[in-house]
Amino acid sequence: MSKISVVPFGPQHPVLPEPIHLDLVIQDEKVLSAIPSIGFVHRGLESLVDKRDFKEMVLVAERICGICSFGHGMGYCEAVEKIMNITVPDRARFLRTMFQEMSRLHSHTMWLGLAADAFGYESLFMECWRIREKILDMLEMATGGRVIFSICDVGGLRKDVPDEMLAEFDRRFAALKSDYDHVTEIFLNDDAVKSRLCGVGVMTIQQANDLGCCGPFLRASGVRRDARMTNYEAYGELDFEPVTANEGDSYARCKVRIGEIYQSIDLIRQCIAKMPAGEVQAPVKGLPDGEYMMRIEQPRGEALYYVKANGTKNLTRFRVRTPTFANIPGLMEIMKGTEVADVATLILTIDPCISCTER
Amino acid sequence: MRHAIDPGPMAVEDITPDVLLDKVTNLKYKEWRLMQICATKVGEDRYEVLYTFGHGYKMFSYRLTISDEDKINSITSIYDIAYLYENEMHDMFGIQVEMINIDFKGHLFRMGRETPFK
Repeated sequence: MSKISVVPFGPQHPVLPEPIHLDLVIQDEKVLSAIPSIGFVHRGLESLVDKRDFKEMVLVAERICGICSFGHGMGYCEAVEKIMNITVPDRARFLRTMFQEMSRLHSHTMWLGLAADAFGYESLFMECWRIREKILDMLEMATGGRVIFSICDVGGLRKDVPDEMLAEFDRRFAALKSDYDHVTEIFLNDDAVKSRLCGVGVMTIQQANDLGCCGPFLRASGVRRDARMTNYEAYGELDFEPVTANEGDSYARCKVRIGEIYQSIDLIRQCIAKMPAGEVQAPVKGLPDGEYMMRIEQPRGEALYYVKANGTKNLTRFRVRTPTFANIPGLMEIMKGTEVADVATLILTIDPCISCTER
Repeated sequence: MRHAIDPGPMAVEDITPDVLLDKVTNLKYKEWRLMQICATKVGEDRYEVLYTFGHGYKMFSYRLTISDEDKINSITSIYDIAYLYENEMHDMFGIQVEMINIDFKGHLFRMGRETPFK
């Protein structure tokens, strides 16, 4: 039996897109436990409530993350709208839902690419990101932005999307399914991919619940919980069920994200088919006074937005509980007993977004 | 196509620090999960600490109001994962939490400034 060592992992590592540091306690090649450290790029965006008014804070919220930016702006707006009793126009609700699903789609596609890159499967990585470009092109057409859209606003949206453009999106999303069929076939059936994912980093349903996990990480362990089921925006008028798997391993996480890719395409097309006519912005009168905790389902899982206001233009508190922050205890748990060589892949399987965590 | 319950207004109960552990233990026995803990500065040397729990799609919060000098008990003996939130509160606001199971002593977030939100 060899001695126990502590190996630092990160914050700079080829497989990590963003900085997180882990102290890995190892014996031979087995990980006994892992201890996280974060905060290398903390920006303190929440404290900007002192300097920016509640309307400007939408733009700050969007800048929490460069992948799920739209969702952060939308979650913040929803919380403020609940406090101010603003009824968002139907068309804006459906458009917001569409943009949120487009964000999920490009986020999961990006994750597939990063996972392929981690296995050393570069052609698959490029193929996934080629598909993602098509979604970013559509987002650019509709909003003018590829990463930060700045289209969400308290009371609705800053601008409408023409019906002709929506019809064009519908055609493109119908065609996109065959692109996904090609790459997802490899992820689900290729032996090289399966050998890196199957049976690695297993999380039981009990552990997933106890450790407060969320998103695809949670649903891959068989928990049927998805914040979209709380009917915010237009989700209550769309037909869908949470995508789950029962194995709880890295392969199951991949399978759930692939299922959610097809689900997002379906939800986007449902939104376009049911898109109501009318305005996209409700009038905003007065200043927020009160508090609300909003939750939405981001691509990485359930995100919480707490807004507290005191009747002035500046909020008292804006707090975001990001999904990656909630998934850190689960990540530490699945590392126990795995090989050191699997650590990088395991970190990727929770789809960490340190940028969100270090808002 | 309504899927589940609508969350409705935010449900919060104000409590005092001495009953925190009892209240939280009670929720744990009823299989509520910890969703988040956060602090809010509500005046000179005054803070609110919000503990949010979930059960299915239901959400409920307990709120403590404490002063700068007060120490609060960690709930990590009931919910292990609270260590991240409690260390975060300590690092950001300087709130003193006693008996955290994994206490980073101010070094969970590796920042240049101590307690930047204080």
